Amino acid sequence: MFEAIAFYLFSFLTIAMFYITVTTSQALYALSALAAGMIFISAFFFILGADFLGAVQIVVYSGAVMALYAFGMMFFDTTRDVKEKKGNKYLITGLATLAAILVVVIVSAPLIGENISAYYPMTEGAGNTQEIGMVLFTKYLVPFELAAVMLLVAMISGIVLAGKKMDLSLTLMSDREIIEMREEKNKKVLL
Amino acid sequence: MEIGLNHYLVLSTILFSIGLVGVMRRKNLLMLFFATEILLNSVNISFAAISHFYGDLTGQMFAFFVIAIAASEVAVGLGLLIVWHKRHNAIDLDLMSTMKG
Repeated sequence: MFEAIAFYLFSFLTIAMFYITVTTSQALYALSALAAGMIFISAFFFILGADFLGAVQIVVYSGAVMALYAFGMMFFDTTRDVKEKKGNKYLITGLATLAAILVVVIVSAPLIGENISAYYPMTEGAGNTQEIGMVLFTKYLVPFELAAVMLLVAMISGIVLAGKKMDLSLTLMSDREIIEMREEKNKKVLL
Repeated sequence: MEIGLNHYLVLSTILFSIGLVGVMRRKNLLMLFFATEILLNSVNISFAAISHFYGDLTGQMFAFFVIAIAASEVAVGLGLLIVWHKRHNAIDLDLMSTMKG
Protein backbone atom coordinates (compact mmCIF):
# COMPACT_ATOMS: atom_id res chain seq x y z
CA MET A 1 0.00 0.00 0.00
CA PHE A 2 2.72 2.42 1.02
CA GLU A 3 4.70 1.44 -2.06
CA ALA A 4 1.74 2.17 -4.34
CA ILE A 5 1.13 5.60 -2.79
CA ALA A 6 4.82 6.48 -3.03
CA PHE A 7 5.04 5.23 -6.62
CA TYR A 8 2.06 7.23 -7.86
CA LEU A 9 3.02 10.37 -5.94
CA PHE A 10 6.59 10.37 -7.22
CA SER A 11 5.62 9.44 -10.77
CA PHE A 12 3.19 12.35 -10.86
CA LEU A 13 5.84 14.72 -9.47
CA THR A 14 8.55 13.47 -11.83
CA ILE A 15 6.34 13.72 -14.92
CA ALA A 16 5.18 17.21 -13.91
CA MET A 17 8.77 18.39 -13.33
CA PHE A 18 10.09 16.99 -16.60
CA TYR A 19 7.09 18.39 -18.46
CA ILE A 20 7.98 21.84 -17.09
CA THR A 21 11.61 21.29 -18.15
CA VAL A 22 10.60 20.48 -21.70
CA THR A 23 7.94 23.14 -22.20
CA THR A 24 9.07 26.25 -20.30
CA SER A 25 10.67 29.15 -22.14
CA GLN A 26 12.82 30.22 -19.19
CA ALA A 27 16.18 28.47 -18.93
CA LEU A 28 16.31 28.99 -15.16
CA TYR A 29 12.91 27.33 -14.60
CA ALA A 30 14.00 24.43 -16.78
CA LEU A 31 17.16 23.97 -14.72
CA SER A 32 15.33 24.06 -11.38
CA ALA A 33 12.60 21.70 -12.58
CA LEU A 34 15.21 19.29 -13.92
CA ALA A 35 17.07 19.29 -10.58
CA ALA A 36 13.81 18.58 -8.74
CA GLY A 37 12.96 15.78 -11.17
CA MET A 38 16.36 14.17 -10.57
CA ILE A 39 15.71 14.14 -6.81
CA PHE A 40 12.28 12.57 -7.35
CA ILE A 41 13.80 9.90 -9.60
CA SER A 42 16.15 8.91 -6.79
CA ALA A 43 12.99 8.14 -4.77
CA PHE A 44 12.19 5.34 -7.24
CA PHE A 45 15.63 3.88 -6.69
CA PHE A 46 15.05 3.86 -2.95
CA ILE A 47 11.65 2.21 -3.42
CA LEU A 48 13.28 -0.44 -5.63
CA GLY A 49 15.88 -1.23 -2.98
CA ALA A 50 18.77 0.23 -4.95
CA ASP A 51 19.94 2.48 -2.12
CA PHE A 52 23.42 3.11 -3.43
CA LEU A 53 22.11 4.01 -6.89
CA GLY A 54 19.69 6.49 -5.31
CA ALA A 55 22.48 8.13 -3.33
CA VAL A 56 24.68 8.30 -6.45
CA GLN A 57 21.76 9.81 -8.37
CA ILE A 58 21.41 12.60 -5.81
CA VAL A 59 25.16 13.24 -5.52
CA VAL A 60 26.06 13.05 -9.21
CA TYR A 61 22.98 14.51 -10.87
CA SER A 62 21.64 17.03 -8.41
CA GLY A 63 25.10 17.84 -7.10
CA ALA A 64 27.61 17.67 -9.91
CA VAL A 65 25.66 17.83 -13.17
CA MET A 66 23.22 20.50 -12.05
CA ALA A 67 26.01 22.61 -10.53
CA LEU A 68 27.93 22.28 -13.81
CA TYR A 69 24.87 23.44 -15.74
CA ALA A 70 24.37 26.32 -13.32
CA PHE A 71 27.99 27.44 -13.77
CA GLY A 72 27.74 26.95 -17.52
CA MET A 73 24.61 29.07 -17.66
CA MET A 74 26.58 32.03 -16.31
CA PHE A 75 28.27 32.22 -19.72
CA PHE A 76 24.99 32.36 -21.62
CA ASP A 77 22.29 34.97 -21.70
CA THR A 78 19.61 33.11 -19.79
CA THR A 79 17.29 36.00 -19.08
CA ARG A 80 15.78 36.23 -22.52
CA ASP A 81 13.06 33.81 -23.61
CA VAL A 82 14.05 30.72 -25.51
CA LYS A 83 12.68 30.70 -29.03
CA GLU A 84 11.14 27.48 -30.28
CA LYS A 85 10.72 25.81 -33.59
CA LYS A 86 7.25 26.08 -35.04
CA GLY A 87 6.67 22.51 -36.10
CA ASN A 88 3.70 20.17 -36.18
CA LYS A 89 3.05 19.56 -32.50
CA TYR A 90 0.98 16.40 -32.91
CA LEU A 91 3.48 14.86 -35.29
CA ILE A 92 6.31 15.46 -32.81
CA THR A 93 4.36 14.04 -29.87
CA GLY A 94 3.21 11.02 -31.87
CA LEU A 95 6.68 10.25 -33.15
CA ALA A 96 8.19 10.62 -29.68
CA THR A 97 5.61 8.31 -28.10
CA LEU A 98 6.08 5.74 -30.85
CA ALA A 99 9.86 5.81 -30.47
CA ALA A 100 9.62 5.50 -26.68
CA ILE A 101 7.25 2.50 -26.92
CA LEU A 102 9.63 0.90 -29.42
CA VAL A 103 12.55 1.31 -27.01
CA VAL A 104 10.59 -0.25 -24.16
CA VAL A 105 9.48 -3.16 -26.38
CA ILE A 106 13.08 -3.75 -27.43
CA VAL A 107 14.26 -3.74 -23.81
CA SER A 108 11.44 -5.89 -22.45
CA ALA A 109 11.24 -8.38 -25.34
CA PRO A 110 13.83 -10.76 -23.83
CA LEU A 111 12.02 -10.57 -20.48
CA ILE A 112 8.71 -11.65 -22.00
CA GLY A 113 10.14 -14.04 -24.57
CA GLU A 114 11.90 -16.46 -22.25
CA ASN A 115 12.32 -17.21 -18.60
CA ILE A 116 15.51 -15.41 -17.72
CA SER A 117 17.47 -16.21 -14.60
CA ALA A 118 19.62 -13.83 -12.61
CA TYR A 119 23.13 -13.53 -13.99
CA TYR A 120 24.58 -11.99 -10.87
CA PRO A 121 22.02 -12.86 -8.20
CA MET A 122 21.75 -10.78 -5.07
CA THR A 123 23.48 -12.34 -2.08
CA GLU A 124 21.50 -13.03 1.04
CA GLY A 125 22.20 -10.99 4.11
CA ALA A 126 24.28 -8.32 2.40
CA GLY A 127 23.29 -4.70 2.03
CA ASN A 128 22.81 -3.12 -1.36
CA THR A 129 26.07 -1.17 -1.18
CA GLN A 130 28.00 -4.30 -0.20
CA GLU A 131 26.51 -6.31 -3.08
CA ILE A 132 27.32 -3.58 -5.57
CA GLY A 133 30.87 -3.37 -4.30
CA MET A 134 31.31 -7.12 -4.68
CA VAL A 135 29.96 -7.23 -8.24
CA LEU A 136 31.55 -3.97 -9.38
CA PHE A 137 35.06 -4.87 -8.25
CA THR A 138 34.98 -8.44 -9.56
CA LYS A 139 32.80 -8.85 -12.64
CA TYR A 140 32.74 -5.24 -13.80
CA LEU A 141 36.27 -4.19 -12.89
CA VAL A 142 37.43 -3.46 -16.47
CA PRO A 143 34.35 -1.34 -17.41
CA PHE A 144 34.79 0.46 -14.09
CA GLU A 145 38.41 1.35 -14.90
CA LEU A 146 37.41 2.37 -18.43
CA ALA A 147 34.72 4.64 -16.99
CA ALA A 148 37.36 6.23 -14.76
CA VAL A 149 39.62 6.88 -17.77
CA MET A 150 36.64 8.29 -19.69
CA LEU A 151 35.82 10.67 -16.86
CA LEU A 152 39.46 11.80 -16.77
CA VAL A 153 39.38 12.46 -20.52
CA ALA A 154 36.11 14.37 -20.13
CA MET A 155 37.58 16.47 -17.32
CA ILE A 156 40.67 17.37 -19.34
CA SER A 157 38.61 18.20 -22.41
CA GLY A 158 36.28 20.34 -20.30
CA ILE A 159 39.24 22.27 -18.89
CA VAL A 160 40.85 22.70 -22.32
CA LEU A 161 37.64 23.74 -24.07
CA ALA A 162 36.17 26.07 -21.47
CA GLY A 163 39.45 27.36 -20.06
CA LYS A 164 40.57 29.34 -23.11
CA LYS A 165 41.35 32.97 -22.27
CA MET A 166 40.59 32.31 -18.63
CA ASP A 167 43.96 33.89 -17.75
CA LEU A 168 42.47 37.32 -18.43
CA SER A 169 40.74 38.86 -15.44
CA LEU A 170 38.14 41.49 -16.23
CA THR A 171 38.25 42.85 -12.67
CA LEU A 172 41.99 43.51 -12.73
CA MET A 173 42.07 45.08 -16.21
CA SER A 174 41.65 48.80 -16.77
CA ASP A 175 38.64 50.08 -18.71
CA ARG A 176 40.73 50.94 -21.76
CA GLU A 177 42.10 47.41 -22.00
CA ILE A 178 38.62 45.93 -21.78
CA ILE A 179 37.33 48.18 -24.56
CA GLU A 180 40.28 47.26 -26.76
CA MET A 181 39.68 43.57 -26.12
CA ARG A 182 36.00 43.94 -27.02
CA GLU A 183 36.82 45.69 -30.28
CA GLU A 184 39.26 42.96 -31.16
CA LYS A 185 36.63 40.35 -30.39
CA ASN A 186 34.02 42.13 -32.52
CA LYS A 187 36.47 42.17 -35.41
CA LYS A 188 36.95 38.43 -35.05
CA VAL A 189 33.20 37.80 -35.01
CA LEU A 190 32.73 39.89 -38.15
CA LEU A 191 35.41 37.88 -39.91
CA MET B 1 -2.60 -2.68 -5.17
CA GLU B 2 0.65 -4.29 -6.13
CA ILE B 3 3.19 -2.27 -8.07
CA GLY B 4 4.83 -4.52 -10.64
CA LEU B 5 7.50 -4.26 -13.27
CA ASN B 6 5.00 -3.02 -15.86
CA HIS B 7 4.21 0.07 -13.80
CA TYR B 8 7.85 1.09 -13.84
CA LEU B 9 8.22 0.33 -17.54
CA VAL B 10 5.16 2.46 -18.34
CA LEU B 11 6.56 5.30 -16.24
CA SER B 12 9.87 4.94 -18.05
CA THR B 13 8.06 5.11 -21.41
CA ILE B 14 6.22 8.29 -20.40
CA LEU B 15 9.42 9.99 -19.24
CA PHE B 16 11.26 8.83 -22.36
CA SER B 17 8.59 10.32 -24.62
CA ILE B 18 8.70 13.59 -22.68
CA GLY B 19 12.45 13.67 -23.24
CA LEU B 20 12.06 12.86 -26.94
CA VAL B 21 9.49 15.63 -27.38
CA GLY B 22 12.03 17.96 -25.77
CA VAL B 23 14.81 16.80 -28.08
CA MET B 24 12.61 17.31 -31.14
CA ARG B 25 11.15 20.70 -30.36
CA ARG B 26 14.01 22.52 -28.62
CA LYS B 27 16.13 24.93 -30.60
CA ASN B 28 18.38 26.14 -27.79
CA LEU B 29 21.27 23.74 -27.28
CA LEU B 30 21.26 24.07 -23.49
CA MET B 31 17.60 22.99 -23.38
CA LEU B 32 18.49 20.13 -25.71
CA PHE B 33 21.03 18.92 -23.14
CA PHE B 34 18.34 19.02 -20.46
CA ALA B 35 16.14 16.82 -22.64
CA THR B 36 18.93 14.28 -23.12
CA GLU B 37 19.34 14.11 -19.34
CA ILE B 38 15.65 13.20 -19.10
CA LEU B 39 16.16 10.42 -21.65
CA LEU B 40 19.09 8.94 -19.72
CA ASN B 41 17.21 9.10 -16.42
CA SER B 42 14.10 7.39 -17.77
CA VAL B 43 16.24 4.49 -18.97
CA ASN B 44 17.91 4.33 -15.56
CA ILE B 45 14.51 3.82 -13.92
CA SER B 46 13.72 0.83 -16.13
CA PHE B 47 17.20 -0.63 -15.49
CA ALA B 48 16.73 -0.37 -11.73
CA ALA B 49 13.21 -1.82 -11.92
CA ILE B 50 14.27 -4.83 -13.99
CA SER B 51 17.20 -5.32 -11.62
CA HIS B 52 14.83 -5.34 -8.65
CA PHE B 53 12.15 -7.62 -10.06
CA TYR B 54 14.55 -10.21 -11.42
CA GLY B 55 16.92 -10.18 -8.46
CA ASP B 56 19.86 -9.37 -10.69
CA LEU B 57 22.47 -6.68 -10.12
CA THR B 58 23.40 -6.16 -13.78
CA GLY B 59 20.72 -3.54 -14.27
CA GLN B 60 22.06 -1.42 -11.44
CA MET B 61 25.60 -1.75 -12.82
CA PHE B 62 24.44 -0.47 -16.19
CA ALA B 63 22.65 2.41 -14.49
CA PHE B 64 25.96 3.38 -12.85
CA PHE B 65 27.75 3.39 -16.18
CA VAL B 66 24.93 5.42 -17.73
CA ILE B 67 25.37 8.00 -14.94
CA ALA B 68 29.13 8.11 -15.55
CA ILE B 69 28.59 8.62 -19.29
CA ALA B 70 26.01 11.34 -18.62
CA ALA B 71 28.45 13.19 -16.36
CA SER B 72 31.27 13.14 -18.93
CA GLU B 73 28.85 14.09 -21.71
CA VAL B 74 27.82 17.16 -19.75
CA ALA B 75 31.44 18.19 -19.16
CA VAL B 76 32.46 17.90 -22.82
CA GLY B 77 29.18 19.27 -24.16
CA LEU B 78 29.22 22.34 -21.95
CA GLY B 79 32.86 23.00 -22.87
CA LEU B 80 32.01 22.92 -26.57
CA LEU B 81 28.92 25.05 -25.95
CA ILE B 82 30.97 27.72 -24.14
CA VAL B 83 33.50 27.82 -27.00
CA TRP B 84 30.66 28.18 -29.54
CA HIS B 85 28.97 30.89 -27.48
CA LYS B 86 32.22 32.85 -27.17
CA ARG B 87 32.70 32.76 -30.92
CA HIS B 88 29.15 33.33 -32.20
CA ASN B 89 27.34 34.78 -29.19
CA ALA B 90 24.43 32.39 -29.67
CA ILE B 91 23.67 28.74 -28.94
CA ASP B 92 20.84 28.20 -31.41
CA LEU B 93 20.89 24.96 -33.33
CA ASP B 94 19.84 26.61 -36.60
CA LEU B 95 23.04 28.68 -36.70
CA MET B 96 25.18 25.53 -36.72
CA SER B 97 24.80 24.85 -40.40
CA THR B 98 28.35 25.43 -41.59
CA MET B 99 28.43 22.01 -43.23
CA LYS B 100 25.23 22.64 -45.16
CA GLY B 101 25.80 21.96 -48.84
